[in-house]
Amino acid sequence: MKQESAVFLTVQLLFGPALLSTWLMGPPANPALAASRSKHVSTASVKTAKPSSNMASLGPVSAPKPMTSDQKVVQVLNRLTFGAKPGDFERVKAMGVKAYIASQLNPSSIAENPAVEAQVASAEIIHRKSADLIKEFRLSIAQNNAARKAVNGKDGKEDANQVEKNTLASKEEQAMKQKHIKVVADQIFKTRLVRALDSERQLQEVMVDFWYNHFNISINKGLDHVLIGVYEEQAIRPNALGRFRDILGATCYHPAMLFYLDNWQNAAPGTLMVVPGGNTKDKAKKKGGLNENYARELMELHTLGVDGGYTQKDVIELARVLTGLSLPYRGYWGQFYAVRHDQGEKVILGHKIAAKGAGEIEEALDFLARHPSTAHHISYALAQYFVADEPPKALVDRMAKRFSESDGDIKAVLTTMLESREFFDGQYQNNKYKSPFRYAMSALRASGSRPEHYEPIYSFLKLQGQPLYACLTPDGYKNTKEAWLNSDALLKRINFATALGSAGNTGGNRAFSQASGQSYDQVLSTVNGGQLSSRTSAVIAKSPEPFKLALLLGSPEFMSY
Amino acid sequence: MNRREFLQLAALASFSSLSLTLPGSRGWAYSNGKDDDSTKKLIVILLRGGMDGLNVIAPYGDSQYQIIRPTIALHKSASGGLIDLDSYFGMHPALMPLYPLFQEKSLAFVHACGSPDPTRSHFDAQDYMESGVPGKKSASTGWLNRLVAQLPSKHSPVQAIAIGSVLPRICAGPAAVATVAANSKISKGALDRPRVESAFSEMYSGLNNDIGASFAEGMAAHKTVNQIMASPQDIYSDGDAKEQMIANRGAVSPNAYPSFGKQLATLFRKDASVQVAFVDFGGWDTHIRQGAEQGALAGHLSPLANGLADLVKGLGPLYKDTSIVVMSEFGRTAHENGNGGTDHGHGNVMWLLGGGVNGGKVYGRFGGLKANDLYEDRDLPATTDFRSVLTAVLGEQMHVPKSALAQVFPGFQANGNVFTS
Repeated sequence: MKQESAVFLTVQLLFGPALLSTWLMGPPANPALAASRSKHVSTASVKTAKPSSNMASLGPVSAPKPMTSDQKVVQVLNRLTFGAKPGDFERVKAMGVKAYIASQLNPSSIAENPAVEAQVASAEIIHRKSADLIKEFRLSIAQNNAARKAVNGKDGKEDANQVEKNTLASKEEQAMKQKHIKVVADQIFKTRLVRALDSERQLQEVMVDFWYNHFNISINKGLDHVLIGVYEEQAIRPNALGRFRDILGATCYHPAMLFYLDNWQNAAPGTLMVVPGGNTKDKAKKKGGLNENYARELMELHTLGVDGGYTQKDVIELARVLTGLSLPYRGYWGQFYAVRHDQGEKVILGHKIAAKGAGEIEEALDFLARHPSTAHHISYALAQYFVADEPPKALVDRMAKRFSESDGDIKAVLTTMLESREFFDGQYQNNKYKSPFRYAMSALRASGSRPEHYEPIYSFLKLQGQPLYACLTPDGYKNTKEAWLNSDALLKRINFATALGSAGNTGGNRAFSQASGQSYDQVLSTVNGGQLSSRTSAVIAKSPEPFKLALLLGSPEFMSY
Repeated sequence: MNRREFLQLAALASFSSLSLTLPGSRGWAYSNGKDDDSTKKLIVILLRGGMDGLNVIAPYGDSQYQIIRPTIALHKSASGGLIDLDSYFGMHPALMPLYPLFQEKSLAFVHACGSPDPTRSHFDAQDYMESGVPGKKSASTGWLNRLVAQLPSKHSPVQAIAIGSVLPRICAGPAAVATVAANSKISKGALDRPRVESAFSEMYSGLNNDIGASFAEGMAAHKTVNQIMASPQDIYSDGDAKEQMIANRGAVSPNAYPSFGKQLATLFRKDASVQVAFVDFGGWDTHIRQGAEQGALAGHLSPLANGLADLVKGLGPLYKDTSIVVMSEFGRTAHENGNGGTDHGHGNVMWLLGGGVNGGKVYGRFGGLKANDLYEDRDLPATTDFRSVLTAVLGEQMHVPKSALAQVFPGFQANGNVFTS
């Protein structure tokens, strides 16, 4: 919804073979984003906000039911991965749940799947500099406009008598757009899926999913069409298991976020338009003005939470702090334009920020990252994602405490959660309903089948209401049953399961490769350790062999995790 | 003219004609001896993102209007300009397809509506408008779902439908609401094969939980919708379809769902049990360069207005028994911002269409645009609770009894005074 351009616009995916992609340079150096951490922010100066009214359940509805050791294996595979693969259950059982958690929390200790590395390397667009992508995007638009002018006359406006000519111009424009869409699909979308499906560092991928939605941007908003890849690769993924303050800073300074939530246009009233982006005419006549869009979401969604204790005045003050932070002419990250910055003193939630240019942004981010409301807001979101739609309050409180004590160390907060009694309480097993993305990934991982082309997966996700990178609103996709359990979507999952499950059959669906030699029993072990309800078991038992996999992937058991 | 007094909402909002519900009765059958109430239909359209109501129904007669919106204000002009409604308010020219309905008095607007909750968060404001319980996060059901629960059951899987692939918040709750894909044609999947259906039905039946219920509802709705859409005879003439194609010149439409009006009308016309429908559109969050007579906002209003005109035309004889409500979670700042757009505001305009609407008027208590008259010196205040408008529509046009309205909007005292003042 943070769209000024047509939100009705949907990404059309092309079908066809992958483009040849070039090999590219290594990952970009992470910029020193928070070089000058403000020293004078202390937690003592933080005003206590009223606690979030997020509805955490008051505690277990029934007495705790500790899981058996097999159930614990199922739990970590369900929650730390996008679904077990055949053999995972036995493997984790052998290595032990604790050791598995420890290794997943340290992704660099896990050897990566070479096929994944190859895909990542080939996805050139996710490794590039934002400024270059912006330049190319602007250039292609300028060329487009020039082409249109050539057709329409000098003002470039449409003339009713020139419908025919316009149709020609728009055909070229369409072709260019489609070519670009294809690059995005082949590189960005596919890389995301390949990683979710086959990366050995599953928890890292799961956390990328979590953080991307937490700091959501949408592919459907102008420039972000080309920036979503670098945003995920350079701002989100390197910090997925790091410090909250770092991922907050990385998203704040990333051009993709600056564009998505309009901060690139946020400037002290009357200051000059000196940032890349506006056309020359704009620069000449347009003066800057305050835009509070990012400031609001920064507090409401990214840090404090909607009940985190801020007011409209705080939104405006924070917007003033952020004036001048805009798109770059070069490099990977946003640029601070001092001439566009509001030079006055600001006060956010009672905290005074003296005028000091870009340093104010660092100070504000430090303050917000360390605020108790933020510790609670992030902990609640994590517990909801990993444990229960209405997470146990005691657990959220302990995680929030750890968050504050560790100065926002995500790994420490996750450790508190993964060592908790609640995480291994039977009432929190198979209580979560899979999001469409998780459903599709888990079905592919379990069956061992891989799509010949990825378009059917993109289409499926779109049909389920969760198109890749296309959540329009900055709050990102939800991860609760309430959001995704829906009768029509459930039928479509079953249809998808049937197509996938019958891929290996004669005359079966050709969109998917034949399951790579997995027997039904091997796939069965990925679902709840092989434990199905008696009804599901009975239906599968009396069905013909080639249909069993489809029934398993479409079963009620496979909808939850 | 700077300040408008309360306008009489007269028949639209008063409950005087509602007879008392007989104790122990369902209310409906006895409500007030008008038409068979089960024929009453409701269509709710939610514009997500905060539609800029001040540029949809613009108070051009207010001298402040042009001043505080220097580049985006609408102007009257010989052609393609603002459409005058009552010499104070004017309608955005993109709404021209709806102007005949205004003249026929089946289209009305209520200005400066909104939620008593002051939030400027899209998500909270939409949440409240959908739950119908502003300020209370814990409300788990949507008001449209609670309304369906109060309607006499038609024993139909498609009594209530939501267009889209996921069930929206407003439809969440225990009553069955079917989802129908936008642009739906008949979709055949594996479940349309009898053997596949019977195996999965056996697995899911008797699950006795929300997943099992979802499956059962889904299968029933899927079959019904496919039957409706399978009928080759369309309610639109061929000429109409051609016209549409010419208008698009074969190019991809800027809006993915221009046919919503036709699809909705088809569903209502082909299956008499369809009673409530919901559809939502995004793209109204115009922070930057929203334009005036033309531009981003106009680009969204135009397909919406065309779709609504299609809907009214397609409903044909049903229109007299149908109420259509268009609403958005909040309005936008009265002043234009530094980027030729507007930021999150408060009060907004609601649109009402239907045979029972006493239209041709702009209702509401509109206090003008001077700083003192604005909410927090920046937004249109919400002088009319959006639930006042909705309860008026439900009570007066759909004949939903007061006792049922109390379930639909718990804790809300429907107060006719707000309108009749």
